[in-house]
Amino acid sequence: MELVISITVFVLAAFVGFEVITKVPPTLHTPLMSGSNAISGVTIIGALIVAGKADSTLGDVLAFLAVTMAMINVIGGFMVTDRMLEMFKKKER
Amino acid sequence: MSQEISALIYLVAAALFIYGLKRLSSPRTARSGNQLAAAGMAIAIVVTLINSGISAWTIIAGIIVGSGIGAYLARSVEMTGMPELVAAFNGFGGGASVMVASAEFFQNPDPAVQTVVTIALSVVIGAITFSGSFMAWGKLNGKLPGQPFGYPAQKLIDPLIIAVIVVLSVLLVLDTGGSLVLWILLGLGLVLGVTRVIPIGGADMPVVISLLNAFSGVAASMAGFVINENALIISGALVGASGLILTNIMVKAMNRSLAHVLFAAFGGADSTGDGGTTSDKPVKSASAEDVAITMGYAQSVIVVPGYGLAVAQAQHVLRELADLLEAKGVDVRYAIHPVAGRMPGHMNVLLAEADVSYDKLFALEDINGDFPRTDVALIVGANDVVNPAAREDETSPIYGMPILDVDFATTSVVIKRSLSPGFAGIDNPLFYNENNLMLFGDAKSAIQELIAAVKEM
Repeated sequence: MELVISITVFVLAAFVGFEVITKVPPTLHTPLMSGSNAISGVTIIGALIVAGKADSTLGDVLAFLAVTMAMINVIGGFMVTDRMLEMFKKKER
Repeated sequence: MSQEISALIYLVAAALFIYGLKRLSSPRTARSGNQLAAAGMAIAIVVTLINSGISAWTIIAGIIVGSGIGAYLARSVEMTGMPELVAAFNGFGGGASVMVASAEFFQNPDPAVQTVVTIALSVVIGAITFSGSFMAWGKLNGKLPGQPFGYPAQKLIDPLIIAVIVVLSVLLVLDTGGSLVLWILLGLGLVLGVTRVIPIGGADMPVVISLLNAFSGVAASMAGFVINENALIISGALVGASGLILTNIMVKAMNRSLAHVLFAAFGGADSTGDGGTTSDKPVKSASAEDVAITMGYAQSVIVVPGYGLAVAQAQHVLRELADLLEAKGVDVRYAIHPVAGRMPGHMNVLLAEADVSYDKLFALEDINGDFPRTDVALIVGANDVVNPAAREDETSPIYGMPILDVDFATTSVVIKRSLSPGFAGIDNPLFYNENNLMLFGDAKSAIQELIAAVKEM
């Protein structure tokens, strides 16, 4: 049953994603990519969980790599998206 | 903290991601949307740290190292280098999913069948994303050749790898103890990412990056299935949907199918068309002074930027030229083809960096009807997206691709280094049109000459 619930959540979330993202204008497609990239860095949650229960050297190494890569995604993704969006301005004349 | 409470807080984070993406529907609200999504992520991370403890050195070291690298990359990247950076971030996302799934595999002594299935999926998809993204990264920053690259037996190798992956995944599910099988799966995923991306040319990168973006999302979702965490499943699905939508837009803008981009090296030996037959016709080469006069006395100018603008870093001088023309009363707008540049929205970011107001940037379908009423179409570093052969010549390999109808403007001006054809090796009949002027030169220096000439008018 757990799996079925997970699949349900996945399918519904995909539909929400389609609805929300089709409304993003082409001019913002690059920030959309980098921003959604940062969101896929949510793997950090999984990385922290496996790091917390690692009990072998191999487990530690894998967990360290997972946390590092996910953190690059999260911090880098949100920061660079913010940098880009700050530049999108409408000039009055 | 009880599991129920942390699950509810994760739900808040996921809701913030969705709301943040929703605010990306307008440049006005986009920045706050991204900040809300970041806040959601911060909440989720803090809750997880409280729950699983921060005693492990791996957590502290990983957070410090990862944040440092991420912040450095985000701050130091040039706007022209954005495609490489996004490719690299896609790769790290895929890599993280691989690591989470394999760590779970080694720590869970007796995983359920469904867990093993999702571990296999997560490892394979994540590995393809990782190596494929870094191949794309190398092609985009020129460390690897950007040309389409074919090799013997290419059409046989990939199906073979996929077949082996399927067989090994079944083995992994049947006999859950096989860590060697997992390593081989990981390795094959990495190989497949390389063999899949290496044959694809630079100009197809918008499709590849979008697709890898979708893959990184799906990999995150699969990792969510592995550790049974809805926050990952939801966020991964959102990103997967986003990447698929962008992939679809890019593929449509090239009038090609996804399969064609992935499996046919465009412009390779098999590309046909009438290249060469028109090369003997005369072209009108103009001086910067001629072009400056044409534009200075125009009422309306539409600028069509392409990848050459990014290569020459000419966005700032272009804005300066537009300012001068506007001061003379010329209406200047920008027409942006969906596949101009190396990733979706690449040109828009460059022009935003150069302080061009976003309400002057128009998508293909919004501005194409205006070319017949436009005095000058100025094409900077673009080629195939303005090739009339796509509209008229049924034998052309790009026939049917939607293009910007610059040849309908009273005068078209092409800034280009030489008459050499674009990525697809297709001659551009636009260059030989009666009403077309060629301004030969590097985009940046040509525009600087134009600025000087307009100032002297």
